[in-house]
Amino acid sequence: MEANEILAKAESLRNDLSTGFRDEIVKSLYTEAENIAKRAVKAATDKKYDLDQKIDRLVTSPYTGLPIMLLLLSFVIWLTVSGANVVSNGIAVVLFGIGDYGRALFDQIGMPWWITGFIWDGVYLSLAWVVSVMLPPMMIFFPAFTFLEDLGYLPRVAFNMDWLFKKTGAHGKQSLTMAMGFGCNAAGVIATRVIDSPRERLIAILTNNFVPCNGRFPTLIMLATVFVAASFPPALTSFIAAGTVVGVVLIGVLFTFLASWILSKTLLKGEASAFTLELPPYRRPNISRILYTSIIDRTIFVLWRAMQTAAPAGAIIWILANIHLGDSNLARMIADWLNPFGLLLGLDGVILLAYIIAIPANEIVVPTMMMVYMGAGMMINGPSGNSAIFDLLVNGNGWTMLTAINLMLFALLHNPCATTILTIYKETKSYKWATLSVVMTLGTAFLVTFLTASFARLMGWA
Amino acid sequence: MTNTKTILPTEHCETCPAFTQLEQMGIKVGDFDRVVALAGNPNTGKSTLFNTLTGLKQHTGNWPGKTVTRAEGGFEFNKMRYKLVDLPGTYSLLSASQDEEVARDFILFGQPSCTIVVCDATSLERNLNLVLQVMEITEHVVVAINLMDEAKRKGLEVDARSLSRDLGVPAIAITARTGDGIHTLLGAVADVIEGNIVTKPLRVHGTPEFQKAVNELVPMIEQMAPGIPNARWLAIRLLDGDARVQKALSTGELGDIVSRQQRADVQFSAKMSVEGRQ
Repeated sequence: MEANEILAKAESLRNDLSTGFRDEIVKSLYTEAENIAKRAVKAATDKKYDLDQKIDRLVTSPYTGLPIMLLLLSFVIWLTVSGANVVSNGIAVVLFGIGDYGRALFDQIGMPWWITGFIWDGVYLSLAWVVSVMLPPMMIFFPAFTFLEDLGYLPRVAFNMDWLFKKTGAHGKQSLTMAMGFGCNAAGVIATRVIDSPRERLIAILTNNFVPCNGRFPTLIMLATVFVAASFPPALTSFIAAGTVVGVVLIGVLFTFLASWILSKTLLKGEASAFTLELPPYRRPNISRILYTSIIDRTIFVLWRAMQTAAPAGAIIWILANIHLGDSNLARMIADWLNPFGLLLGLDGVILLAYIIAIPANEIVVPTMMMVYMGAGMMINGPSGNSAIFDLLVNGNGWTMLTAINLMLFALLHNPCATTILTIYKETKSYKWATLSVVMTLGTAFLVTFLTASFARLMGWA
Repeated sequence: MTNTKTILPTEHCETCPAFTQLEQMGIKVGDFDRVVALAGNPNTGKSTLFNTLTGLKQHTGNWPGKTVTRAEGGFEFNKMRYKLVDLPGTYSLLSASQDEEVARDFILFGQPSCTIVVCDATSLERNLNLVLQVMEITEHVVVAINLMDEAKRKGLEVDARSLSRDLGVPAIAITARTGDGIHTLLGAVADVIEGNIVTKPLRVHGTPEFQKAVNELVPMIEQMAPGIPNARWLAIRLLDGDARVQKALSTGELGDIVSRQQRADVQFSAKMSVEGRQ
């Protein structure tokens, strides 16, 4: 029996059937379901249902929906900033203290200088940086994020933003995959499977990286706290820092829209398709599950991944910094060589070198950068605490507000991490789209930082 | 994650004969006697039930579309080893997006020993549409009415016995989050597989002439692809003029889909889901 024969037979049978037989089947299906449900369910009151609807009317209204969303985001980030401040100094003091102790111990037992240096000034120091910069904000941000997710707030976010996505020619469900991207961009890319049109799915995949993932939030929070907020009175610090991070997130969302719009007008032309989005009932979050998900699945997962790349990165930096050529060393020479390009972007050569070393997991850019400053002999002692970092970078290495802001923009816009690129390749099965995702984001990052740097200089701000 | 452990006992457990019979086996699913699929509409708690039964930590969240791939885990019940397959949520079997396709293909062609259709007790009518469609293609169905606690809060009373009678398959009220009703559910699954409960699924047949057309097509499809699990469903789809099924048939893709269902989605079930990155 050939496939074609079957198809032909089905075709002829279909033509013999009276028109409307499909509707007949669908109708009887629905009627049956309705009758069965009616017999089985007795409704007493719907008090709770009313409450759910009242809340929804407020959080998904065209007027109050977006402001409430912004308030919630700001509150979560403010909580993270002010909470992280408390623990971060303590963690830094302890970890760097252990480093000093270990170094002294190695010296005492007569280890060769290069073993002591490689282990304690290279690998260990890099790990200490990653933990002290990333762990504190994650411990607060993740449980808060998971709480909102469990409560059922994410679909409301999607609901509020879906018309904006449609305006850009993208699928409304992209708001959902974007929300997932805040957790992890690779997960956001996989989540685009819920979008049925291939065109709109590609847009969602290519633009997912414009929202900062959990791995990049600590970098943003740290930069906002240490640099942007530092020049304001102490009472305002946490608010300014939170406001800055929210601003950066909004810029990311703006770029998501912009890139989606450009893509749907050029490479991926087409109309937005309609869909239904179900708003699930609010559910009381399960506290132990939230703790499990946010601590084990998210915090430990992100931190472990960062540490795996930080250890070799620290080793590489130490080696580069200890290959002496004349008066200088290799790390410093590369950084000097990259410097003109870095300055053009409002950054510097060290930041670019750190960025290149940290490509496998670019959430460790800031710790790597610290290592390069230190390894290249630009910073002498491991500073502990935010004020010390500020002092050394600003006074010791000529950082300005422009450097901090442009580094935040760069961290927001630059290419996806290696895992995400690999995921994009797996999902699209195409080198072309995976490459485009890198070129597009990196190009945007270069362009935007170049423009802000030029503008700031033109206005005489930097 | 791979260590075998038992659910923490509650005060009721000591008197419950079933208590010692359930053992979570995590991702050790190499050796199993039976395969059970978890189907259902999005956000009805399939992944929560999956976690409760297997002891795994498949990522759950209160929004539809959370699970986009197949996750697999194992548990032991009454000395039988079960492989449990958590599927993405789907409103119907006429899937359009990739996540729904994963679910549909497994229910249709994965030949699970039994399919548990998880329903949301608070919106039963919409959920029953899928139940009816699944019953259209397999007799081995158990309906799990989940979120009973939520229904109670909303003042809804759901009569599971009335549902069982109307549907012709066991319908068990459960609350996956707390584990309420889980043992009854597993008991029903075992009974359906062993034939202790003979199901008589309600089928929406359509007009007699339609039935006749279906019956003409089924033997043709079976002749072309011997051993195909759901010739009947395919016949219905062909009569409906489903372009995807037509294409799958003429390109021979159908055979691929069937054989793919026997392979585990290992990289996702073992790694992605456990690390909670879905």
